[in-house]
Amino acid sequence: MALVILPRSLAPLVPGLPHRATVDGGTVGEVIRALDASWPGVANRLCDAGPALRDHINVWVDGEPATLATPVGPGATVHVIPAIAGG
Amino acid sequence: MAERLLLLVGTKKGAFIAESGPDRKSWTVRGPTCEGYPIQDINRDPATGVLYAGGGSLWYGPTVFRSEDNGRTWSQSSEGLTYGDDGPKISAVWNVTPVHGALYAGVGPAGLFRSEDEGRSWQHVEGLTNHATRPTWQPGAGGLILHSIVPHPTDPARMWVAISAVGTFETVDGGASWEPRNRGVRADFVPGPPPETGQCVHKLVMAAGEPEHLYQQNHCGVYRSLDGGRQWEEITGSLPSDFGFAMAAHPRDPQTVWTIPLTAPDQGRYMPDGRAAVWRTQDGGDSWIRGDAGLPGRDAYIGVLREAMARDDLDPVGVYFGTSTGQLYGSADGGETWAAVTTTLPPIWSVEAIRVDE
Repeated sequence: MALVILPRSLAPLVPGLPHRATVDGGTVGEVIRALDASWPGVANRLCDAGPALRDHINVWVDGEPATLATPVGPGATVHVIPAIAGG
Repeated sequence: MAERLLLLVGTKKGAFIAESGPDRKSWTVRGPTCEGYPIQDINRDPATGVLYAGGGSLWYGPTVFRSEDNGRTWSQSSEGLTYGDDGPKISAVWNVTPVHGALYAGVGPAGLFRSEDEGRSWQHVEGLTNHATRPTWQPGAGGLILHSIVPHPTDPARMWVAISAVGTFETVDGGASWEPRNRGVRADFVPGPPPETGQCVHKLVMAAGEPEHLYQQNHCGVYRSLDGGRQWEEITGSLPSDFGFAMAAHPRDPQTVWTIPLTAPDQGRYMPDGRAAVWRTQDGGDSWIRGDAGLPGRDAYIGVLREAMARDDLDPVGVYFGTSTGQLYGSADGGETWAAVTTTLPPIWSVEAIRVDE
């Protein structure tokens, strides 16, 4: 199981989405799909065609930059953080 | 139950709702809603009363919001709103329009999507994306966007859409196939005679009660068509500029539309001479009347974008517009006199006026 820390700005868009969730998944992509199974619609907010993470969504696994293909080991911490952008 | 008038305002930083009684004199503003999402278009399905708001976030992508309580609470979905993993990425929803029990969304890069479950899921209307002219489609300054969706009032198989900078298209078979409808419309930014496609239509509207009678505000003038867009006639006439974005059609009079001329693209795209005005025709475009009483008459270097003008269906008809610098104005007399509704919103991208009983 991996601990996923999600942006607070995402919660109002996906009903019931917590700030921290524990899910199964061998890669970042699988973790996001697992989140989506419990909270439908969250994958569409984090991922784009490709498939790939949206351009301004950054993910780290145990402190290292990650893509959808990045492995997620047991007990890993996955941070999902919107990039500094906008205006 | 009391009748209320709501102005649905989509901005760069969420949707707002300005509310008044039918007298349209005193307004209260609530918002922001839609979680601060940039909202390009906001609309209501008159058959169900459900509100829809389409836009695109830099972080969380394109989506369509829906509200069943006149904008107090919203949910969102973009399920199926994609060209697929091999296709271009959709940046935003630019138009959301109810059509005979279904819902359509225009997106950028330009394309059309349809929902049959009130926006919970979407299907790509491939007939338009696969048009033979697609390889030649070029973006306008705001991108390659499908921004106007105009349904036929009684024939669900017919619809017009407008794309910048490609032009107007019509379908007569529910979206399976499309034909360009741009003959007679200038495209001064390319050499040679006007092409079949490549015009930069900014806003397409239908005359009240006359489905074959269309108007458009284009990058290169104002036009009318009396044959469903097969042939366009320029009606720019005495307007101070042939450039502008917004246009609105009267709810009952097919001869009346409003438009807001702006200075040329390379000269600021704001109110000519810094004097704010909304122009109207009451004879189908043969002549134009300036309306500026109550609007800023000097130093008003403000612009209005394509979806940011609307009218209500009261009598006399009310007209409203929002600027890209956050000012919202309204007229309760068809555009003769104006007053500020609010002047401190984020950049306004869309305005819609609806009546509700609450």
